[in-house]
Amino acid sequence: MRKVAIYGKGGIGKSTTTQNTVAALTEMGKKVMVVGCDPKADSTRLLLGGLAQKTVLDTLREEGEDVDLDDIRRPGFGDCMCTESGGPEPGVGCAGRGIITSINLLEQLGAYSPDQNLDYVFYDVLGDVVCGGFAMPIRDGKAEEIYIVCSGEMMAMYAANNICKGIVKFAEAGVVRLGGLICNSRKVDNEREMIEEFARKLGTQMIHFLPRDNDVQRAEINKKTVIDWNPECAQADEYRTLARNIDQNQMFVIPTPLSIRDLESLILEYGLVAA
Amino acid sequence: MAPELIDPERVKQELLQAYPAKVGRKRAGQMVVNRKDTPGESPEIVANVRTTPGIITQRGCCYAGCKGVVLGPTRDIVNITHGPIGCGFYSWLTRRNQTRPPTPESENFMTYCFSTDMQEDQIVFGGEKKLQQAIQEAYDLFHPKAIGIFSTCPVGLIGDDVHAVATEMREKLGINIFGFSCEGYRGVSQSAGHHIANNQLFKHVIGRNNEPAPGRFRIGMLGEYNIGGDAFVIEELLDRCGITLTATFSGNSTIDNFERAHTADLNCVMCHRSINYVADMIQKKYGVPWIKVNFIGAEATAKSLRRIAAYFEDAELSERVEKVIAEEMERVLKAQAECQPRCQGKLAMLFVGGSRAHHYQLLFTELGMRTVAAGYEFAHRDDYEGRQVLPKIKIDADSRNIEELHVEADPEHFRPRVNEERWKSLAESDMELNDYAGMMTDMEEKTLVIDDISHHEMERLLEIYRPAVFCAGIKEKYAVQKFGIPCKQLHSYDYGGPYAAFEGAINFYYEIDRMVNAQVWSFIQPPWDKHAGPTLEAAFVKP
Repeated sequence: MRKVAIYGKGGIGKSTTTQNTVAALTEMGKKVMVVGCDPKADSTRLLLGGLAQKTVLDTLREEGEDVDLDDIRRPGFGDCMCTESGGPEPGVGCAGRGIITSINLLEQLGAYSPDQNLDYVFYDVLGDVVCGGFAMPIRDGKAEEIYIVCSGEMMAMYAANNICKGIVKFAEAGVVRLGGLICNSRKVDNEREMIEEFARKLGTQMIHFLPRDNDVQRAEINKKTVIDWNPECAQADEYRTLARNIDQNQMFVIPTPLSIRDLESLILEYGLVAA
Repeated sequence: MAPELIDPERVKQELLQAYPAKVGRKRAGQMVVNRKDTPGESPEIVANVRTTPGIITQRGCCYAGCKGVVLGPTRDIVNITHGPIGCGFYSWLTRRNQTRPPTPESENFMTYCFSTDMQEDQIVFGGEKKLQQAIQEAYDLFHPKAIGIFSTCPVGLIGDDVHAVATEMREKLGINIFGFSCEGYRGVSQSAGHHIANNQLFKHVIGRNNEPAPGRFRIGMLGEYNIGGDAFVIEELLDRCGITLTATFSGNSTIDNFERAHTADLNCVMCHRSINYVADMIQKKYGVPWIKVNFIGAEATAKSLRRIAAYFEDAELSERVEKVIAEEMERVLKAQAECQPRCQGKLAMLFVGGSRAHHYQLLFTELGMRTVAAGYEFAHRDDYEGRQVLPKIKIDADSRNIEELHVEADPEHFRPRVNEERWKSLAESDMELNDYAGMMTDMEEKTLVIDDISHHEMERLLEIYRPAVFCAGIKEKYAVQKFGIPCKQLHSYDYGGPYAAFEGAINFYYEIDRMVNAQVWSFIQPPWDKHAGPTLEAAFVKP
């Protein structure tokens, strides 16, 4: 079973990319589980066709100690399994601790045990690595490969570089490795070249360049992944390519984060070429 | 000094030897050989700084200082710990603060332990609702006059707003409810918690009742926590002298007394560290001066009573005070005469508190014993060197983290108790008006003063000096006694006491006499030393 975590700057398209990629993997016949690690619990909406799922933490509160795996897991598109960690309302409690609690519970309930016959588990994690709780999926061998969704926008690259720092910390003590950058294009000048160079400097690869396509939004409005909504469209093929690249990926590294100065000069260099 | 002891500078180097260079440098500043060459000036000591990780410290946490020390001894406030159950349970009456409700039906919540028993669910989703429920439940069960809420570490981490809950529930229930942001990790020791407790008492409690207590000579007693019944003997003594106790912070106290604390005409500060903020703020806002007193030790008690009498400038009061002192001293001297010959010249060490390590030295002096080393757990430089160093104390980030209230004279209730001229003459007297001279002025030349002593340093001191008695707390007690040296707890009195005032002094003489002269200590073989000392052999035989 491959254990994958998707990180990236808030709003970059982690959940959308994860779900579309998962849809493509299930098309390839893979058995996949998605664990949403965002208190908003919207990481599985496209796979489930809506936000109907009860979260792990809500279930834990209501059911107390007697929780079944089936209470917190629902089948979605292509027979993937969907769970949402859930968490507190904005401004109260500790969402990070919630994720720790919820992943521990999933483990104890045997969500990842061999008899589940999973090929993949995907952790879709909120925003940046903000605290210990949000780093949970890359600790203790829970996720072993990480993909960072980014774009050619400066703040997205800053965030990606920062996440790499977090990965280094846990990689040195454990098994987690960086699998690559997924460029979710924002149509920035020289975006592909810049992210390829950024990836090279980080010691990794750009595993795929996803062009910007409004079909993604159209599918989202219909609460569906692109493959589910229109399997024939061009963007569906892009996600299939991404899924295939991930499935065949052999390059797992401990990244080498850039200094802020190097990062800025990289952005300047590619930005200036365009100007 | 009488018989020459080992050179304290050598001892200091010996204690520092085990440390890495950087730690050693820091500890060296916290370890001072006392000098008295310049009158009114003590050598500089480093205090109220972070304990180096890895060192076994005596210190407690901010929550312990706020809930355990300052508010804990109050009997009619329901003190709710907002946090996991351990914090509430282990701070429940463990210092053995006594209280004496006037009737069996009167409120006394000290026998209860109130906690929100925070669980993982509250950590993740926030604990404010459970706190509200706890307040409601406590109110429904007991209908107290006031409820205090004490924040433990997780409360600060997850951002529960205890003050907003306090305000909401205060409006709903119509009683006084106040919160303390005294999360354990704040500050470098329990001292931060004292300050936070002082601030909230001043903001939410003191000044709510302007009706003064009946009586001509009204004082407040600040920093007396009624360990082992100390407050009872002090109260009785003041009563005999005709002095009215308006409020005590906080031994044997009630919230009603707190609310009218500002109506006293003089505040008397016992434990300077834990309560000087309240004394200062009452002075600024209401015009009540404070003096330093000490009711530990017969001489100190007599001196303190005389200071109070001198402040009030009343012949009749002075006469009564002198009469009481004379009566009491007769008993005291008799006990002294009995115990002193057996204790004379023996060595004592005290490492406790923010005032106790100072005050109890006076009792040892009365027994003819010598304090060769002493220090505080959580004091600041002014507690060692005296308040004249206050302007020189560097405020570091840890202290800045604790709110400093800005207090101004109350336009309606500020009433200077003495005029300027009188203030000047009092300040020039030896009364310690708004002042504390610190511990070091009362210690002998060439004694060791050690702040925040580590366990390692304590063990080396015990080996080097072999003192007759070591005074500390429960964390040190059994380690000390395994050395074959008796340890007297000055946080809980080992369930003995009272040791305050004249009656307490007599108790202490007999207790120390018993401890330092007991032969049993010589039979103890330290468990880590298989070849030392005589052994006591025995066999189990069937009767």
